[in-house]
Amino acid sequence: MSRITREDVERTSRLARLSLTEQEIAALTRDLGLILDHADRLAVLDTTGIEPTAHALPLATPTRRDVAAPPLDPDLALRNAPLREGSAFVVPKVIEGEES
Amino acid sequence: MMDRILERYEVVIGLEVHTHLKTESKLFSPAPVRYGDPPNHDVHPIDLGMPGVLPVLNERAAGLAIRLGLATHCTVNHRSVFSRKNYFYPDLPKGYQISQYEEPVVSGGWLEIEVATKGAGRKTERKRIGITRAHLEEDAGKSIHDAAIAGGEDTYIDLNRAGVPLLEIVSEPDLRSPEEATAYLRVLRSVLRYIDVSDADMEKGQFRCDANVSLRVRGAQEFGTRTEIKNLNSFASVEAAIRAEIVRQSEILDDGGRIVQATMHFDVERGRTRVMRLKENADDYRYFDDPDLIPLQITDAQIEAVRAGMPELPEQKRARFESAYALSPDDAGLLIQSRALADFFEATVVGCGSARSAVNWIARDLLKELNDRGIEIDAAAITPATLASLIRLVESGLVTARTARELLPELVRAGGDPDEIVRERGLGAVSDAGLLDALVAEVLAAHPAAVESVRGGDDKPLNFLMGKVMQASKGKADPAEVRTRLLARIRS
Amino acid sequence: MDTLETQRAALEAGAVSARELVDRALSAAETVGARLNTVVGLRRDAALAEAEASDSRRRSGSIRSPLDGTPLLLKDNMVMFGELTTCASRILESFVSPYDSTVVERLRAAGAIVIGRTNMDEFAMGSSTENSIYGPAHNPWDESRSCGGSSGGSAGSVAAGITGYALGSDTGGSVRQPGSFCGVLGMKPTYGRVSRFGLVAFASSLDQIGPFTRSARECAWVLEAISGHDPRDSTSLPEPSPRLEAALTGDVSGLRIGLPREYFVVDGADPAVIGAVRSALAELESAGATLVEVELPHTAHVVSTYYLVATAEASSNLARYDGARFGRRAAGVENVDEMYRRSRSEGFGDEVKRRIVLGTYVLSAGYFDAYYKKAQQVRTLVRQDFERAFEACDVIAGPTYPEPAFALGAKSDDPISMYLADIYTVSANLAGLPGLSLPCGQSAGLPIGMQLIGPAMDEATLLRVADVYQRRTDHHLQRPPTGRERAA
Ligand SMILES: [Mg+2]
Ligand SMILES: [Zn+2]
Repeated sequence: MSRITREDVERTSRLARLSLTEQEIAALTRDLGLILDHADRLAVLDTTGIEPTAHALPLATPTRRDVAAPPLDPDLALRNAPLREGSAFVVPKVIEGEES
Repeated sequence: MMDRILERYEVVIGLEVHTHLKTESKLFSPAPVRYGDPPNHDVHPIDLGMPGVLPVLNERAAGLAIRLGLATHCTVNHRSVFSRKNYFYPDLPKGYQISQYEEPVVSGGWLEIEVATKGAGRKTERKRIGITRAHLEEDAGKSIHDAAIAGGEDTYIDLNRAGVPLLEIVSEPDLRSPEEATAYLRVLRSVLRYIDVSDADMEKGQFRCDANVSLRVRGAQEFGTRTEIKNLNSFASVEAAIRAEIVRQSEILDDGGRIVQATMHFDVERGRTRVMRLKENADDYRYFDDPDLIPLQITDAQIEAVRAGMPELPEQKRARFESAYALSPDDAGLLIQSRALADFFEATVVGCGSARSAVNWIARDLLKELNDRGIEIDAAAITPATLASLIRLVESGLVTARTARELLPELVRAGGDPDEIVRERGLGAVSDAGLLDALVAEVLAAHPAAVESVRGGDDKPLNFLMGKVMQASKGKADPAEVRTRLLARIRS
Repeated sequence: MDTLETQRAALEAGAVSARELVDRALSAAETVGARLNTVVGLRRDAALAEAEASDSRRRSGSIRSPLDGTPLLLKDNMVMFGELTTCASRILESFVSPYDSTVVERLRAAGAIVIGRTNMDEFAMGSSTENSIYGPAHNPWDESRSCGGSSGGSAGSVAAGITGYALGSDTGGSVRQPGSFCGVLGMKPTYGRVSRFGLVAFASSLDQIGPFTRSARECAWVLEAISGHDPRDSTSLPEPSPRLEAALTGDVSGLRIGLPREYFVVDGADPAVIGAVRSALAELESAGATLVEVELPHTAHVVSTYYLVATAEASSNLARYDGARFGRRAAGVENVDEMYRRSRSEGFGDEVKRRIVLGTYVLSAGYFDAYYKKAQQVRTLVRQDFERAFEACDVIAGPTYPEPAFALGAKSDDPISMYLADIYTVSANLAGLPGLSLPCGQSAGLPIGMQLIGPAMDEATLLRVADVYQRRTDHHLQRPPTGRERAA
């Protein structure tokens, strides 16, 4: 059984901004344990000096010319907003030290 | 107070500067970069983090990063990688910031600043401040917490700024005082503006600074624990915040306490720093290469192209001014403060033909006038052509220096053609021999006693007589001329 | 009259109008599609209007492409201006896109008519089209069984003859596996061949849009229409859209088909599946191809590698669903952190949460090197396996999936075995290679799929092989009972 604990699952779900029920935490601790046990078998492969692949195909860097296009109509930009005031999105208060 | 602290402790400061790059469009979207528009009027679905959107790098932003790299003697890396910095905040639309982490676009350079030499005299020496790296990243939007605006406790989100190209320039911990820190910021800002990489307008939030501060007992080898003061956006607040943090840390250390690594907030009103977040419970950003962006490849040809288009740097200008115009280091330094002033000087020289008088007038009179008004040269109405013709009037003796100096404030304020003004108001120096002789005759007749003592070999009353003639000419006579005519008459 | 080829022919012969085709497709979607639950949204009026526009183009002899006037369905994860795109997720339940995806633009430029959206696993995470707010999609061959996933709704709709073609997206087999479950041809092009701009991201370095059709020729038409460089996708290949129909020469003589030893081991796939694939290969051999054995030594590790890479990217890609700017926001939240946690917990289903937590974990401090970085390194080894294999062969062939369509609910509480069954499909995504699945037989009335994998950029050879096979067999013409009911 992998070393992943329910505390790991709780810490990780906090990072991912998910509130999990007791059952969900238990199920995830079990499932992730099984998945990671399987993943631990990758350890048998010697990958020293092997370049990691971040992109399947090597391509040249594409760039965009610095030309401004007309911006999105504000009403379209805010069309899906759960809450808006004028042309601003509105969210509930931010608690100090969350991030910045 | 500060001095006593600095006797015991050495201050170690490193700065992280975020500067907006001068582009038309955003770093990864074609939305326009504008300031002061209503909320969310300058956004593309990419800036909103809409489902399905993808980033494409702004070519000019990369070019400007290279330019800054070359200007600060950095290595421009042939390969740099865009990574995702993952954290949740309402003005961060995607839940991650696209930045550069392990492989920045430029690294390993330096800038020179002027620092006061220890001991007596107001002498200065030059000091090299290392630049660790500069990397490209996207700015976040703005959260408006102000209840007055947002009403109640809600937060308003404006994403106009989201995606604006930023260059984060990280210095080595080479700065040793608040003064050095601000000196470094001024040099960096002037370089950024000289080479058109950024307008670096602090009011607009285009030039923001985070300061890492630590103290160590003098002579100690290893650095002390550092704190990071976030989001300082004026030279004054940088200096004040660092001073405040030095005092805070020294008090803790004096009481035998230890500094905890933390992110600090500077309260401008109360002039104090306070802990915003402890590093222990800092977020785990889970950096990883952005799969939507391939690493940025920069060829030597691209680097050379940027080098070729590089405007003259402040230091190059200083050297050229000293040799080409035979200026003293002080005068040269004065003139290169800003690119606009340096350009004004060169244009004035072309107009009046004399670097010496140009620098005298600019350094002595014009700058004083500008300081009194608290404006920069580009905000003044006076043009190099105007100053040049004023100088020409003085050189050719058509106007006295005194008259010219009196005209300057008006020219700075409203501009105008000195030749016309002088003609219309009859400010020209009195050069009509007849008129001058008449004035001299009057004065001599009015003051026989003075004349006698001059004849008797006592020159003292001569100045008195000269003053009388100058008065009668309302200052328009050329003093040298008056003197010779007086002597001629008296001794004849 | 329900294949793209017959529809195109009828349109060109003037035997039918685009309006009639779209009208028929819409009513099929409303009846069969509703019963199978493969279609989750229709744009009736817009589609009919577009059909009439197409008919007038045809009258004036100015059609835009061979697809002009033909109806299709889109997986519900490709955005279209002014239309819902939900990814079958509660968190995007009511999301209306303010922009068009590149595929939609290209389909429109070709005159093709999108009639609606198809069912899928939430955010394309799954192999059964059961993880959906719309409920499970039913396989037209046996409604108690799964269409496969995550593009099950598109595969099932084409199998049932609702439209002649549909688009899906394939991150680890999500086009090829439902293709094999539903008895249609499903193609995952080379990574970067079809623009991802406007495709809601699951795992950015693996996602690729692909078509479902019956024949290889139809697949060539659709792929030509939607592929080609897109400046809005930094990972888009620089090449223009390939000429694919021209490559359907009907000739495979001398072509070397590689059979990976690791794909044909005992206690691997269901014997019926291996049997069907082997006889398909024999057919191709008698058509002049030669079979060679190749090795893909890291096959045992591809599933772990895939799930580590895919979930890591997904955990970041799905961070934008936070209830702030669009999508579901939980009711009565007091502060921003609560808004995040409750909106996301209420908005995401179990499978999505499982993958977000796994992906967040493997990227987090202390685990990055052991899991994420390790997986990226093994990904390199997997790519090298294929480079070596393609020195000895022109295409690789094997089963698409270890078994035919499984029963709905059979694996929903056993995620691991569901993951492990992706062993044949994930490699093509890890290596960015083109792959397709084509029907090659049946077992107990259920279709079986054979997978072909080619070198990067070589969709043409895959389609040439599939076309030769289809010229000599009729598996791709088999109709599910639902389809026959409709025909009758
Ligand atoms: Mg920083
Ligand atoms: Zn930064």
